[in-house]
Amino acid sequence: MNIEERLLKGDKRACARLISLLENNDEKAVDIIKRQYHKTGNAYVIGVTGSPGSGKSTLTDRLTKELRAEGKKVGILAVDPTSPFSGGAILGDRIRMSDLALDKDVFIRSMGTRGYLGGVSKATWGAVKALDIYGCDYIFIETVGVGQSEVDIVKMADTVLMVMIPNMGDDIQAIKAGIMEIADVFAINKSDLDGADKTKLEIEMNLDLNEKSDYRPPVEKVSAIKNEDIDVLLQKVRDHENYLKETGKLHERRRRNLKVEIVQLVEEELLKMIMQKALEGDLLEELSHQVEKRTQDPYTAKEKIISLIRE
Amino acid sequence: MYDEKKLEQIKSSFVDWDENKVGKQLSKNPERKETFTTGSDKKVERLYTPIDTAEMDYERDLGYPGEYPYTRGVQPTMYRGRFWTMRQYAGFATAEESNKRYKYLLEQGQTGLSVAFDLPTQIGYDSDHGLSEGEVGKVGVAIDSLRDMEILFDGIPLDKVSTSMTINAPASVLLAMYIAVAEKQGVSPDQLRGTIQNDILKEYIARGTYIFPVEESMRLITNIFEYCSKEVPKWNTISISGYHIREAGSTAAQEVAFTLADGIAYVDAAIKAGLDVDDFAPRLSFFFNAHNDLLEEVSKYRAARRLWARIMKERFGAKKEKSLQLKFHTQTAGSTLTAQQPDNNIVRVAIQTLAAVLGGTQSLHTNSRDEALALPTEDSVRIALRTQQIVAHESGVTETVDPLAGSYYIESLTNDIEKEAMDYIEKIDNLGGAPKAIEKGFIQKEIQNSAYKYQMQVEEQERIVVGVNKFRIEEKDKKELLKVDPHVELLQKKKIEKLKSTRDNEKVEEALEVLKAKAETDENLMPFIIDAVKEYATLGEVCGVLREVFGEYEQSVIL
Amino acid sequence: MDKPIRVLVAKPGLDGHDRGAKVIARALRDAGMEVIYTGLRQTPEQIVAAAVQEDVDVVAMSILSGAHNHLFPKVVRLLREEGIEDVLVLGGGVIPEDDIPGLVEAGVEGIFTPGTPTKEVIAFIKENIKKK
Repeated sequence: MNIEERLLKGDKRACARLISLLENNDEKAVDIIKRQYHKTGNAYVIGVTGSPGSGKSTLTDRLTKELRAEGKKVGILAVDPTSPFSGGAILGDRIRMSDLALDKDVFIRSMGTRGYLGGVSKATWGAVKALDIYGCDYIFIETVGVGQSEVDIVKMADTVLMVMIPNMGDDIQAIKAGIMEIADVFAINKSDLDGADKTKLEIEMNLDLNEKSDYRPPVEKVSAIKNEDIDVLLQKVRDHENYLKETGKLHERRRRNLKVEIVQLVEEELLKMIMQKALEGDLLEELSHQVEKRTQDPYTAKEKIISLIRE
Repeated sequence: MYDEKKLEQIKSSFVDWDENKVGKQLSKNPERKETFTTGSDKKVERLYTPIDTAEMDYERDLGYPGEYPYTRGVQPTMYRGRFWTMRQYAGFATAEESNKRYKYLLEQGQTGLSVAFDLPTQIGYDSDHGLSEGEVGKVGVAIDSLRDMEILFDGIPLDKVSTSMTINAPASVLLAMYIAVAEKQGVSPDQLRGTIQNDILKEYIARGTYIFPVEESMRLITNIFEYCSKEVPKWNTISISGYHIREAGSTAAQEVAFTLADGIAYVDAAIKAGLDVDDFAPRLSFFFNAHNDLLEEVSKYRAARRLWARIMKERFGAKKEKSLQLKFHTQTAGSTLTAQQPDNNIVRVAIQTLAAVLGGTQSLHTNSRDEALALPTEDSVRIALRTQQIVAHESGVTETVDPLAGSYYIESLTNDIEKEAMDYIEKIDNLGGAPKAIEKGFIQKEIQNSAYKYQMQVEEQERIVVGVNKFRIEEKDKKELLKVDPHVELLQKKKIEKLKSTRDNEKVEEALEVLKAKAETDENLMPFIIDAVKEYATLGEVCGVLREVFGEYEQSVIL
Repeated sequence: MDKPIRVLVAKPGLDGHDRGAKVIARALRDAGMEVIYTGLRQTPEQIVAAAVQEDVDVVAMSILSGAHNHLFPKVVRLLREEGIEDVLVLGGGVIPEDDIPGLVEAGVEGIFTPGTPTKEVIAFIKENIKKK
C-alpha cells in the first residue's frame, strides 16, 4: 500500500499510518515528509493549553464544530502523559469529542508524550506536518497541561490559546512567571462558576503590567459545556490569525519556530550518534561505575565520550 | 460500658494474654497471613474486647430498635412482626413474558414485584431507535408505551402488590405509566405502594444510564418528590443507591459515604425547590449491596442507619421520626458471582443473605447462580428465592432483633465505618457537594482505585476467589442458560408501528407540545407527562422532547 | 523505548458498566501500552472511525448487556469494510460459552469472560498482535 499516494488523496488511514510511523521513528515516514514538505504551511496551528480539568478537550470540540460549520477541515492532536514507570498511557481526550469521530473532515489523533517533557510528544512536530499534507485547514494541538516546563507549544503553534477556570487562586501566582506570556488568547472556561469575572480581571491586570508589543491578548469568558460564547472566542483566535498575517508576523514566528525545530533535530541526531558509540562496548556503563566510585569525575567522562565522535 | 477500674484490669490482662498465650502460640504455629483484612481491605485485629467499645454509650450510640439513632433497626419488632419483603428483580424480553414471570414468582411466595427494564427503556429510547439495536429486551423488559405497561401488569392488582421499578433517568415517565395503568384498574394513586429508583447521581458515578445533565435531572427528581407527596403518598420516590457504587469496586465505607453524600444532595435540592424536609424525607429509601464479608456488611448497615439519622437531625433539622429512619432494600453482590463452578454462587448468596438480614434490611433481592453468565432460568431464580425463605424460616436469625449487637468486633467496626464515611462526606462537602465532586471526578477516582487494587490482589493471590484463582476445575458441565429471543426487537418494532397507526396522533402532538413548553418553565412536569403517556405517546417521544429542552449529559473520562 | 502497542478500549451499545473496561485499561497502561479509552455509548461506526484514526493494533470491547452477538461482529465487519485486516479484535464481559464459537468465527479473536486475570489479556495481546 502506498501511503504517500493515499495521503495526498485524503485517505484517513494513510494519514493515521504515517503518524504512527513518525512516532516510531521510521525512516520511510521522514522520506515522505521530505518529499511532500512543500505542501505544508497551509494549515493554521492552534495550541490549546491549560491545567488539567480546565476543559481543553470540550473546548476544542466546540471550536472544531464552529469551524466545521464554515466547511473547514480540522485536525486535532490530543496529547496525554506517558507513565514514566511503565511506558504506557491512558489517552482519554477523545471521549469529549465523540460527535466528531464520524465527521469525515475531522481527524483526531491521541498521542502519548513517550518520555518527552514539554507538554507534547516528540512526534507531534511530524504529526502536524502529516495533517498539513493531508489537507487540514486548522490543526489543534491539545497539550498535556500547563506547568513551568511545558511550554513547547509555543514552538509549534501559530496561536496559543490558554484555557483557565475561575478561582485559580494561588495557582495564578504560580503560573504568572513566564507561562502567562506565552498565550495569545485567554479563555476562561466554566464561566458559570463564581469568580469568573474576578479571574478575568486578574489576568487583565497582569497583562497591563507586562504590556510590550502592539498585540494585546484578549480574555474571553466561555462555557464549553453549555456551548456559550464559543463563536466569540473563535473570532478572537481569528483576530490573532489576521493580525499575524497582516503584519507579516506569521512568517517571522514560523521562521523562529522552524529554526528551533532544526536545532532540535540536529541535537537529537548528534546525541544519537554520540550515545550510540558510548553504548557500544558498554563505555557508558563503565564510566558511570567509575564516576560513582569517585575514580572518575563526570566532566572527564563527558570528554571521553565526546572524543569518540572526534575520531 | 465498663467502669474505669475494670477497664484497666482488662487492659492489663489483655496484654498478658497477648504476650504470653498468643506469643507462645505464634512461635509454635504462625498465623496464616501477615495481615488480616476485611473484604474492603480494612485491617482486622486478632481479638476484640471491651477495650474496643469502652467509649460507647448504649442509649446514645446504639439505642433501641425503632428509636434514634436507629443503629439497631428502624422498627421495634423487625422480623418478629414481618419478614423483609422478598423482592426478586425480574423482567426480560417482552411485557407478555415478564408478566408470566411475575405471576410465577408471586405464586412461589414472592411478596413484592421488582421490574427490570431493558437498556433502551432505561435511556429513554424506543425499541426502534438506532442505538437500541441489539439491546432490546436483553437486560430487562422493553417498554415503549403505556400499552406495554398495561400488558406488563395484566392481571396483577396494583392495590395489592407493591412494585419497585429500577428506572432512573426516565423515572417520571414510567411512574406516569404506572399511575395510568392503575387508574384503568380502578385503583387511585393514593393507594399505590412501591418505589422508583430515581437516583441519577449514581448513574453518573457508576451505572451509566443517564440522559439529561445534572441540574435538569435534579429538577425532574424534585418534581417527582413534590407530586408524590401530594398525590401518591405511599410511594417511595427515590432509592438512593450504594449497590452499584459497590459493584463498581468501592469499599464498604465508600459505599456508605458516597450513597449518603448523594442523599444529602437530593435533600438539598428538594429544600432548595421549596419543599419542607419532613414532607418528603419519610419517603426517601436506600439500596445497598450485600457483599461477602458478612461481619463487615452487618456493621456497614448499622453505621449507615446511625449516620443518616444524625445527618437528618443535625444537618437538616428534620423532626418527624420517619424522616430520620434509613430504610433500605438490599441486593446480593452480583460482582461476586463466578462463571466458574456456578453452583458455588448459591452458597455465596446464602452468606450474603445472612448479612443483609442480620443487618436489618427491609427488602431483599437474591441473585441466581447463573447470573455471571446470563439472566436467570426459572429453576435458578426459584433457588434464589428459597435461599431467602430458608434463612427466614430455618436459620433462627429472625427470632430476635439485631442479634449481633454488643459484639466487640461488630460495634468497633460499625464505629470505624461510620467515622470513615464521615470523613469522606466532609471531603465531598469541601468540594461543593456530591454533584460537584462527581464533576471533578473525585468519587469515580476513589472507586476505580479500589477496584484496581482489588483486581491486583486477586491476581497476586492475596485475595482468594474460590474456583477462580484457587480450587479450580476443568469446567465442563454446561448449564442450561436463559436465552432471550432475538426476535423481541422485531416484535417491539411492529408493536410501535401498530400503536402509532391506531392512536390519536393529533392528541399526542398536542400533549408533547404542552410538555415541551412546560419543560422550559419551572412548573412541575408530572401532570403533563401523565397526560402525554395517556395519549400513548411513546417513551422515546416523551424523552425526546425533554432531550430537546434539557440537552444531554456529556461524559468525561476519569481514569 | 520499544514502540508501545496501541489499544482502543470501547464500550459499544448502551451498557454503562465500565468497571472491567477501566481495570483493563489501567492494566494495559501498566503493561506499557497506549490505551485510547473512548468511554460509553459508542456505536460500531464510532469505534471503527476511532480505530482508523488512531491506527491501533488492538480493538478491545466490553459488553455486559447481552448485545455482544450483534455488536461485536458488526464492528469486525465495519473494520473489514475499511480494509483493515491487521487489527486484533477482542471482546469481554458477560458472554455465555455457547456464544463464543460464533463470535470467533465472526472475527473476534479473543473472548475474555468474568474471572479472567488481566495478565492473561496482556499475554494474549502480546502473542497475537499482527505485524503491520
